[in-house]
Amino acid sequence: MNNPNQPGVVLQINGPIVTLRLPGVRNGEQVRIGHLGLYGEIIALQGDEALAQIYESTEMIRPGEPVAGLGRPLSVELGPGLMGGIFDGVQRPLEKMFLEAGDQIPRGLSPEPLDRERLWNFQPSDLLEPNMPIIGGAKLGSVQETQSLLHLILVPPNIQGELIEIAPEGQYSLNETIARVRLANGHVEKLKLYHHWPVRRPRPYQGRDHGVEPLITGQRILDTFFPLLKGGKCAVPGPFGAGKTVVQHQVARWANADIVIYVGCGERGNELVDVLDSFPQLKDPYSGRPLMERTLLIANTSNMPVVAREASIYVGITIAEYYRDQGYDVVMLADSTSRWAEALREVSGRLGQMPVEEGYPAYLASRLAAFYERAGRVDTMDCGKGSVSLIGAVSPPGGDFSEPVTSHTKEIIETFWALSKELADARHYPAIDWVDSFSADVSTAAKWWHEAVNRNWERRRGEALAILARDSELSRIVNLVGPEALSSAQRWVLEGASLIKEAVLQQSALDPVDTFSSPQKQFLLLDLVLTIYDLGSELIELGVPVQELAGQTVMARLRRCKELYDSSQTEQLLAFQQEAIDSFKVIRAEYAQRLEAS
Amino acid sequence: MGAKEYRTLRNASGGLVTVEDAPNIAFGDRVLIKDQAGTTRNGQVIRSSAHEVLIQVFEGTENLDIEHTWVRFLDEPVEIALSPEILGRVFNGLGRPRDYRPPIVSSLHRGINAPPLNPAARTYPREFIQTGISTIDGLNSLVRGQKLPIFSASGLPHNRLAAQIVRQAKLPDEEGHFAIVFAAMGVSYADARFFKEEFASSGVLSNVVMFINRADDPPVERLTLPRMALTAAEYLAYELDHHVLVVMTDMTHYAEALREVATAKGDVPARKGYPGYLYSDLAEIYERSGRIKDRHGSITLVPVLSMPSDDITHPIPDLTGYITEGQIVLSRELHNQGIYPPVHISPSLSRLMKDGIGKDFTREDHPHLANQLYALYARALETRNLASIIGADELSSRDQRYLEFADAFEARFVQQAENEERSILETLNLAWDLLSMFPQSSLTRVTETEMAKYHRQGS
Repeated sequence: MNNPNQPGVVLQINGPIVTLRLPGVRNGEQVRIGHLGLYGEIIALQGDEALAQIYESTEMIRPGEPVAGLGRPLSVELGPGLMGGIFDGVQRPLEKMFLEAGDQIPRGLSPEPLDRERLWNFQPSDLLEPNMPIIGGAKLGSVQETQSLLHLILVPPNIQGELIEIAPEGQYSLNETIARVRLANGHVEKLKLYHHWPVRRPRPYQGRDHGVEPLITGQRILDTFFPLLKGGKCAVPGPFGAGKTVVQHQVARWANADIVIYVGCGERGNELVDVLDSFPQLKDPYSGRPLMERTLLIANTSNMPVVAREASIYVGITIAEYYRDQGYDVVMLADSTSRWAEALREVSGRLGQMPVEEGYPAYLASRLAAFYERAGRVDTMDCGKGSVSLIGAVSPPGGDFSEPVTSHTKEIIETFWALSKELADARHYPAIDWVDSFSADVSTAAKWWHEAVNRNWERRRGEALAILARDSELSRIVNLVGPEALSSAQRWVLEGASLIKEAVLQQSALDPVDTFSSPQKQFLLLDLVLTIYDLGSELIELGVPVQELAGQTVMARLRRCKELYDSSQTEQLLAFQQEAIDSFKVIRAEYAQRLEAS
Repeated sequence: MGAKEYRTLRNASGGLVTVEDAPNIAFGDRVLIKDQAGTTRNGQVIRSSAHEVLIQVFEGTENLDIEHTWVRFLDEPVEIALSPEILGRVFNGLGRPRDYRPPIVSSLHRGINAPPLNPAARTYPREFIQTGISTIDGLNSLVRGQKLPIFSASGLPHNRLAAQIVRQAKLPDEEGHFAIVFAAMGVSYADARFFKEEFASSGVLSNVVMFINRADDPPVERLTLPRMALTAAEYLAYELDHHVLVVMTDMTHYAEALREVATAKGDVPARKGYPGYLYSDLAEIYERSGRIKDRHGSITLVPVLSMPSDDITHPIPDLTGYITEGQIVLSRELHNQGIYPPVHISPSLSRLMKDGIGKDFTREDHPHLANQLYALYARALETRNLASIIGADELSSRDQRYLEFADAFEARFVQQAENEERSILETLNLAWDLLSMFPQSSLTRVTETEMAKYHRQGS
């Protein structure tokens, strides 16, 4: 803690990096700079001087202006009222700032992130009694945050002691004390409905557990081909225009998670507005409530100060961990981690640190790894299970996956959804490349699929991938010598792959039916396509020309099944499957007859 | 605190000077520099400490004498004077008139580095703008408040296309206040003149504000010019309720000027010598377009940039593409075939199109139709590649049809005259003419109802 008798002073301003003198200031401490009181954070101490990164523009700040230390590192407020909100990169409430200050974000403004006036109906936990020992993470009670979300009020992780008293059920604002705890040193701590937690320190848990269940996103190529577990780590790299944002929005919309935290890190303002506009009207497919009730947005758009961008993903992941500690499955989407890495690079450049690859500092890989490690499924302090699944978009310059951010990320994550420019150019959406993408968790996901959907899932998935692999092999030949060089059986493989691509892999985010596929529908579609493919293979052997099979009317309808039948119409899908099988049988009978005749 | 003067210059090189012992100078302060000959130059503080201040000189440091030069700190950020009189005027990158007319007199001055727009203040753009150009309206629709760049390359007709957009852009069935802000950075005399004449001949000159920095003007001025232009655009849009179309050309020259200054400052380079903050810097410019809640005006931004050596992965187009809401890419191949506008369909994209077209905006079949055209053309291009290897005669009749489609698509849909203004309905009907080259069974992206209504069966 710095000495109030020795006021701090600004020494030098170099863009977002300010050199200052503030005796007693700690590394990582938050500071307020100048007469405007701009927010910043100490990032280095050098002798009696300190370097701070400032979250706001430093225009017209001059040497000699005052500096004050706040005595705590960059922290977030955690408590009821977060859901449905939109915050900037350092958790300032943007809606509130818009009402108070207008269209633009003025400097030095710092409204409280959570509403202090609003009353919450607190229901104390009936397991608690006065004089009980109590530890951080224990449940004090609950508050109904939104209609679909019960917000558990937990003892802050760093508190441990004896419960003196707990408030009875009733209406409380965030300012009121709801419990008192006597700490080991005799000090009495008053607990409220919210607490602060430093964003750069992972919140504690009892133990790490492994993932057991896939995160269902309703997107066929993701769930069926490259599953991500709840508590998993995933990267979505892709050049611009390949559809990263649409993939992220689709996951935010349809994932079977309790909470979705969407961090727009250095991205477009209008995309966040799209979420803000459309989510309140969309329904959560699992609870039937407006999606916004389970969604929280952190917005540091690309024109907002670059240093706050670096902070934004830590703010996001800390809030995600907070809900994880309440026993929820949380999905955090970070769009895009490349912008975060660029913010690191900018600060390190201003500090004159030695760049290693493409100007990035040497600690890029370790920072990335430490960030992704905050995802996971854990045993909470309250003896429950909670998870944070982390999906980070990566924006590689020129779409080159060998650049530092993509390649370091690839070493850490378990699931990789690689977006391809070629697929996007052909308007094959989602443009996820089945050759470059991978998931390390297929066998774990298979256990769930086999129990919940169909025990042929893993086999069928493998068959489809094998056809796609043969297709890319054969396509190379076709590109050299033309399709005439292929045998009928080989041309049927091409036809089969095109069926898989059009009837299963391609999925329109804009089509009201196709935008979401339940696991059952996903499997039925895949099974349907492969059944037809297998039947066709037999017919080809009997000498039926590929052209004749490809020209069947059922083939055109097969490609439309995904948008003709919604997830509840499994019977209609099965009926169609029978119809398709029958029509192939007719051809078979015809040819068998002809063979006999000849 | 008032203006202060110093003559303690120490270094002068590469567009930067340092002044010693000038305490309490604000970061970003505007500076006047008077050299031994009495000429005044402009500058801005880019690093400030009590013992040394670093200044970026807009007119460069050529011919500067350290001993006899005065530096005057004005204690104000870089600003622009605004009034309705700016319409019809021409300024340089510092907001000074370059049309031999007096400066704007107004009590309204505004800093050119606006604080960032609160995302919560934005409204989502969804009003379709008809440009009369089929490749844009039909396949990459522009909406009001969007930022949609033209990726071009040297020798391609990006200026003619930009001028055509300016001439023809309108909302179907609406007349309102509109204005054009034209920002030219490092352009040739010929290009600057081309645009001036275009505006004059289409009768919009009195609705245009021009900011011009020519190729032989100081490069540092290119850094303030787009910010001047956008500050003027914001004034016109949000205070005078105009719908403003901002055309910027050429962003590549802007980025090169940024690199020049960054290198002189000693910033760590990232890719191809461009500073690591190129992305944030470009975003500060591009993100100022949009629509704001409860404001009548809007800012639609069409930046033009030339891709060095036609390379779309070069940092300038690459970073631009990550910020803007799509891109219109021009193709040298189409241009060499004599096709105007040579819009390269496959890599072109409009991200805001999905919410600005369809029922209530253009026509209900538009989204599927665009999707279907894209898919067919992608397949047709593949077939064309194949034909160039194995010969068109070897192709199946199905593939032959794709070849015919590619040719017809380019000749009839892409190609249009510079003064040809197609309504959106004309564009959509033309698209159906082309789709009707295929039997209904091979069109899987359009719905059966749409086909029943628009497919020209039997043709």
